[in-house]
Amino acid sequence: MLEINSIERGIVIDHIKAGYGMTVFNYLHLENADYNVALIMNAFSLKMGKKDIIKINEVIDINYDFLGLIDPNATVNIIENGKTVKKVKLEVPETVTNIIHCKNPRCVTSVEHYFDHVFHLVDKEKRSYRCEYCDDIVIPYPNK
Amino acid sequence: MLKNRCLIDPADFTREEFREIFDLAHQIIADPEKYSKSCEGKILATLFYEPSTRTRFSFEAAMLRLGGKVIGFSEPNSSSTAKGESIADTLRTIECYADIAAMRHPKEGAPRMASHYIHMPLINAGDGGHQHPTQTLTDILTIERLRGNVENKTYGFCGDLKFGRTVHSLVKFLSNYEGVKFIFISPEELRVPEYIREEVVKKKGIPFEEVDQMEPYMGQLDFLYMTRVQRERFFNEEDYIRLKDRFILDAEKMTYARPDTYILHPLPRVNEISTEVDSDPRAQYFNQARNGMYVRMALICKLLGIY
Repeated sequence: MLEINSIERGIVIDHIKAGYGMTVFNYLHLENADYNVALIMNAFSLKMGKKDIIKINEVIDINYDFLGLIDPNATVNIIENGKTVKKVKLEVPETVTNIIHCKNPRCVTSVEHYFDHVFHLVDKEKRSYRCEYCDDIVIPYPNK
Repeated sequence: MLKNRCLIDPADFTREEFREIFDLAHQIIADPEKYSKSCEGKILATLFYEPSTRTRFSFEAAMLRLGGKVIGFSEPNSSSTAKGESIADTLRTIECYADIAAMRHPKEGAPRMASHYIHMPLINAGDGGHQHPTQTLTDILTIERLRGNVENKTYGFCGDLKFGRTVHSLVKFLSNYEGVKFIFISPEELRVPEYIREEVVKKKGIPFEEVDQMEPYMGQLDFLYMTRVQRERFFNEEDYIRLKDRFILDAEKMTYARPDTYILHPLPRVNEISTEVDSDPRAQYFNQARNGMYVRMALICKLLGIY
């Protein structure tokens, strides 16, 4: 059994859908961190079967919209003095800005690059989104 | 209140706001002379990044008939776009000179994006294969003049429904009215986009069928809206050639239509309606073009806060 020590002060992102841990890790640029970070993939979970976990030995700014977009069932625990002092409840965001980009080659976002990329929620269950500009519908992080 | 608003998508205005525009358009048709000085001292900018004949002329004729003036360009090479200027900068500059603008662009969403950078009213005159709301105004005015109202009717849409921006806007508009039914006639590759089928038609509970034959459905239709398969929307020429002649409306097919089924087309036509159909009294596409000018006159007046 792999053991990762608990952290004194920092953030634990738990119950990430298995396979998306690396996506979260990359989005938070944790590869550049100068503090301890653990990415655990395919950890056993009674509820989920398999899950990914990220432990960050520092309190950093996190874009909760992004986490909600990837997996609203993930949990974010803020740790101080080895204890959880705050649990953040994630939600599927109604609007996401500059997190995903439109892949429609006919969209204005493919040729002009100075404005926000905005998507609006279409279906909460599927987590599908509509591009503000061209209306193309995307499911950025489908259920695996 | 429509003053200083932008019309980018049919969803931007309420039914009541559209009613104001159509009521004014009917009044203008009844007495155009009365409105010939309504826009004196006002300037319309027509920013056409993509070729157009009737839409640009229609906007320009509309403003001139209201007593206003027109500036603009009809292709991007004759503007600062050729020097690499962004759409936002072009629009911010034009806003210093004009009171209102109509913009056509090959990229989907360009007018929506541009509208975030300016304060003057902006009208989407067609953005790629996405939306064309003023063609919808034209279509609705034509439908009202032929049949009184848009409710409780079956509308057939035939041809390129995937990239046909006039279809997308018209379906979006009609989906707000009671008793409408849609029959989408197209090859499988050119069916309406997902956002129209799922987010507009299905969400609003509109009955619809997607079929790939015209004749069996002609007898059900109150209006048949024909569209051109647009070469400029295809990345692959082979696909265009394979699909372009799939549906051609000719005199023989018109025998399947009811005596009160009207044929509409946003124009330009290539060969999807045979010229032999033009003399059929049910063919109304050239009347649409005239109505387009009147309804754009009404739209310009409303967005400038006149009337």
